[in-house]
Amino acid sequence: MSWGSMSEFLAMGGAGFYVWGSYGVTFALIVIELVVVLRRRKQVVNRLQRLRRAMQASRTRKENRQ
Amino acid sequence: MESAQRFSLFRYAAPNMFYPLAGRLAPMFAVAAVVLALVGLYMGFFVAPTDAVQGEVYRVIFIHVPAAWMSMFIYLVMALWSGVGVVFNTRLSAMMAQALAPTGAMFCFVALWTGALWGRPTWGAYWVWDARLTSQLLLLFLYFGFMALTAAIEDPRRADRAGAILALVGAVNVPIIYFSVTWWNTLHQGASVSLTKAPSMATTMLWAMLIMALASWAYTIAVVLWRVRGLILERERHTEWVAAELDAAEARA
Repeated sequence: MSWGSMSEFLAMGGAGFYVWGSYGVTFALIVIELVVVLRRRKQVVNRLQRLRRAMQASRTRKENRQ
Repeated sequence: MESAQRFSLFRYAAPNMFYPLAGRLAPMFAVAAVVLALVGLYMGFFVAPTDAVQGEVYRVIFIHVPAAWMSMFIYLVMALWSGVGVVFNTRLSAMMAQALAPTGAMFCFVALWTGALWGRPTWGAYWVWDARLTSQLLLLFLYFGFMALTAAIEDPRRADRAGAILALVGAVNVPIIYFSVTWWNTLHQGASVSLTKAPSMATTMLWAMLIMALASWAYTIAVVLWRVRGLILERERHTEWVAAELDAAEARA
């Protein structure tokens, strides 16, 4: 298929809304999913690191008291 | 020799072995997904001809069909992992099932959404309560149900078991979706591609669609591996190896 011009390509023979509405929403969902998943793992790592530091701190406090 | 090979494969069923493997594999599948999607989209928009009956709107097919396939396939894989988890009591199985669900739901929604946008110009309606569409909507609710159920139960072992039962029972719906177009008189057309007869579409259209399906597979594998890494860390947080992993992450930062 060869398109005459950019505007012809975007028009999709009058079906632009349906075609680009499909591709646009799909693309947006994929981007959102990737951002959420990658950010989520980083958050888990940070939270567990904080938790471990807090536990280590309380352990040293206990040891110092003895 | 053979036993050694088998041993090395099963080794990766342990979360501490699977975690780094997933981390190495995910970027490779992500790259494959991008390359395949670019090739598929190029073929779909610049090589595949205009459809004689539908004009240009048919180009929705390059995401609609792969998304619909993925939504059904992911559910079956989810049910399979759930079954393995219930029978063999392996820790990783339930995590895999839970990592698959959101991506399955995403593809299920995409199939419904693109179907609606394709249905309006070709059938004159965004939605009809036809057997194919209704059973696909049920699949979306099964995904949501699985995610809500496993998230709502505090004790992970009980959450896994409850989710597994829902996944296994819900799997009955997948063949119903697949065969709905032959079992009932639906507005939705029959299968464009089947194993038993020649496909009913132009070769370049078919290739574009199959390449997009491969891209969806690669994407799914990448994103699920990334998601399961987070789940593994959370679930295994009391173990020595996660502590070592956290130290290593801190040293890298």
